[in-house]
Amino acid sequence: METSTKEIQPFVIKSSKKPLWLKGWNRIKRQRAAMFGLAIVLFFIMVGILAPLITSYPFDGFYPERTLVPPSAEHWFGTDDQGRDIFSRIVYGARISLWIGFFSVIGSIIVGCLLGLIAGFYGKWADSVISRFFDIMLAFPSILLAIAIVAILGPSLFNALIAIAIINIPTYGRLIRSRVLSVKEEEYIMSARSTGMSDIRILFQHILPNSITPIIVQGTLGIATAILEAAALGFLGLGAQPGEPEWGKMLADSRQFLTVAPWTLLFPGFAIMLTVVGFNMFGDGLRDALDPKMK
Amino acid sequence: MKSYITRRLLQLIPVLLGMSIVVFAIIHAIPGDPATVILGDQATPEAVAELKAEMGLDKPITTQYATYVKDIVTGDLGTSLKTKKPISEEITPYLMATVELMIISMVIAIIVGVNAGILAAWRRASWFDYSAMLIALIGVSMPVFWLGLMEQWIFAEKLGWLPSTGRINAREPVEVITGILLLDTTIRGNWPGFVDAFKHLLLPGIALGTIPMAIIARITRSSMLEVLNADYVRTARAKGLSELKILYKHALKNAFAPVLTIIGMLVGLLLGGAVLTETIFGWPGIGRYIYDAIGSRDYPVIQSGILIVSTIFVFVNLFVDLLYAQLDPRIKYR
Repeated sequence: METSTKEIQPFVIKSSKKPLWLKGWNRIKRQRAAMFGLAIVLFFIMVGILAPLITSYPFDGFYPERTLVPPSAEHWFGTDDQGRDIFSRIVYGARISLWIGFFSVIGSIIVGCLLGLIAGFYGKWADSVISRFFDIMLAFPSILLAIAIVAILGPSLFNALIAIAIINIPTYGRLIRSRVLSVKEEEYIMSARSTGMSDIRILFQHILPNSITPIIVQGTLGIATAILEAAALGFLGLGAQPGEPEWGKMLADSRQFLTVAPWTLLFPGFAIMLTVVGFNMFGDGLRDALDPKMK
Repeated sequence: MKSYITRRLLQLIPVLLGMSIVVFAIIHAIPGDPATVILGDQATPEAVAELKAEMGLDKPITTQYATYVKDIVTGDLGTSLKTKKPISEEITPYLMATVELMIISMVIAIIVGVNAGILAAWRRASWFDYSAMLIALIGVSMPVFWLGLMEQWIFAEKLGWLPSTGRINAREPVEVITGILLLDTTIRGNWPGFVDAFKHLLLPGIALGTIPMAIIARITRSSMLEVLNADYVRTARAKGLSELKILYKHALKNAFAPVLTIIGMLVGLLLGGAVLTETIFGWPGIGRYIYDAIGSRDYPVIQSGILIVSTIFVFVNLFVDLLYAQLDPRIKYR
């Protein structure tokens, strides 16, 4: 009898030449909303970088000859009660908001990741202590906790950044912890361990890179939240100090001119909203493209 | 169920203890000390030391903490440095004002958010879906305080429809019984007072409710999308049930669990947002009370205020968890 002479093809996983990040980028590119969000974000970044080039008035000082001027060709967004050009202040304010948003999230991610890695990897009492710590932090309404932290450190932009970074630590900590719990049972971790790799190397070379996607997604959305929180602290007088062109602070300073000069309030608030919309849209798109399981 | 409740309550003890430690630590980390605040900068060091001894501030920190916990457990929240009144008495009207504001915001958020979410899921990829989700996106990105200011500008200043600050028209005060003015005016049958209180609630209620509304709409939509393709929904359609019944009775019931979780979590957001909303609208609530206390270094008020607000939040979340079992019999408690 003749047996089938059909040759059995060895099973080969076709590896594409494209690096991972490029594949991710191609998926993001297809999300129209995400690209729109990214465009808004890039726009504000450019505005922040090019601030001295696109403004023709200083953002601080006192100009009594032109206080509360309505929007016009000379002053696109009008001027405030000190005679300062609101357009210039908003442009320079972009630097502050992006700076706080970005660095507070970086801070929360670093500390949150460390705690989350330890809790997830070592388990037992380390996990109980760290997880309870997160529970306790999350039991406080976050803005109230931020206010209390600023009360300790003293009101300033930098301290507001620290406070915002602290209150958001549990978000990233919990995220990383749950990722570690699922990743550490994978076979490649076991094989790494069997080759005698140290805990630290396993954590930072294998587990962390495999948990990075949700962190990037959450971090992008986190910048949006952080910008809102910074504006809130600025509005309450706990963030930016007099003179600093922070958007929340601008709203607080112009509150009393609501009836006579609504433009002093309209534009700073709109700037906050637009930036936050940008980060939220980009973050949502990133999530859909990179991490479909996350909701 | 009973044993589950007991276990959950027991689990709360370490969290509550931890919270008391954090609050206690915050108070002690804030620069300056209560004795100097009470006596002013001109006080002699001897007088400050004497007052410190009187207040127990010279004792070791662990003793101070023990006394603090003992006081809380016995219901003694301390005395305000500013008004010299016991905080447990003073705090109630503020708390009630915030509760009333939060209830109105939540009602607005749930009614609009859930319905918008259902409709958007039902007519997926329609113009309604797109515009509802765009509005929701803007809603979650909106600074509460700016929204409040814009509301005041448009509805109070320009149109003059609604009052911009306060809880009630100062010239026509209402009798306070529970502290929740809508309830108080109803009990007394004071309808003009009810309408007045309601009008005062609308603008802050909408401002505070916008973010929760947007979040609820998004969650409801995605949760509904998951169940609308389920077999039992198709069966319900096949047997000729009206769309309304299918959406609200069959689908929503199964889609509601994630929405409920979010509602529980949003209470924390509301308690935080209350600080901002109350500042804008001159609302005499707990957020404002704590914020003012921080400004005037009224330590006992900061301490007790934050602790009470956080305790409420923790218990609301527990309550929401327990509510699941009632709504969704598939969830079993171990």
